[in-house]
Amino acid sequence: MITCAEAVRQLWDYLDGIVEESQRAQVEEHLAFCRRCCGELEFAEELRAFLAAHAEDDLPPQVRARLVATLDELGGA
Amino acid sequence: MGDAISTGSGTASVERFRRLAESELGRLYALARRLVGDDAEDVVQETLLRAYRGFSQLADDGAVRDWLTAILVNCCHDLWRAQGRRVETVELEKADEFSLFRKIADEDPFPYSDSVHLDFLQQFGGEDVRAVLASLPELYRVPLVLVHMAGYHVKEVAFMLEVPLGTMLARLHRGRKLFERELWSYAERNGLLKEGARA
Repeated sequence: MITCAEAVRQLWDYLDGIVEESQRAQVEEHLAFCRRCCGELEFAEELRAFLAAHAEDDLPPQVRARLVATLDELGGA
Repeated sequence: MGDAISTGSGTASVERFRRLAESELGRLYALARRLVGDDAEDVVQETLLRAYRGFSQLADDGAVRDWLTAILVNCCHDLWRAQGRRVETVELEKADEFSLFRKIADEDPFPYSDSVHLDFLQQFGGEDVRAVLASLPELYRVPLVLVHMAGYHVKEVAFMLEVPLGTMLARLHRGRKLFERELWSYAERNGLLKEGARA
C-alpha cells in the first residue's frame, strides 16, 4: 500500500492519465480508504479547472490592429 | 519587411499564411500573456515574422496550431535570454512537499464556508493568476501553461521543447507545486484571505 505522500505525488499524473497501470491501481487502492487523499484529488481537479478557466484572454482591439498590420506588411513585402 | 515566402504560388501562399496566422492571433496572444506578461504583443509579432520566414516548413495547415505555438515558445525563450538571467522570485526548496489543499484546510481562511477550497480559488481574478504565473521560474511556468492552460499533452510539450519525457514530468510536477504555493503566498500578501475580500 502506498503512503499519502506517494499518492499525492501521483494524483495529477493520475488525473492526466499518464500513470502506469500498476501505479493507477495503487492510487485507486489508496483512495478507496483515505478520505484526505480523496479531498486532495477533488481539489486537484478543481485546480485543473481553475487553470483552464484562466487560459483565455480577450485580444484588445488595438493589439489585434497592430498584429493585423504586421500581417499586412508581410503580405506586401 | 521580412523575406518573401519562397515556396508555393506567390500570392496564394501569402494569403494562405495570412488566413492561418490571423485565425490564431487570439490564442497566441492569450498564451503569450501567460508566458511573458506585458511583452506578449511583441512576442506574438516576432512569432508572426519568424513564422512567415519559415512558412515553407508548414506542409499541413492542420498543424498550424502546434507549429505556431512552438515558434512562440522559442520567441519567449529568446526574450528571456535577451533579458538576462532572471532573479528567481520563489524559493524552490521543499516546494514538492507543499499541499495547497492541506494549507487551506489547516489555516481555514473562511471559517463560515462549506466550500473553503473553492472559495479560496474564487478570490483570484485573471490579473492575480497572471501575477502568480509570472513569479514562477520559466523552467516550470512553460510546461504548466502549455499543459494546463493551452491544453497540450505533456508528451507533446516534451517533444516541442526537446526534453525527455521524464524530465518534463518532473518539471510539470514541480511547476504545479510552486503554483500552489505561490497562490497561497500571493493571497496572503494581497489580502485575499479575508471573508468577502473580493465580494
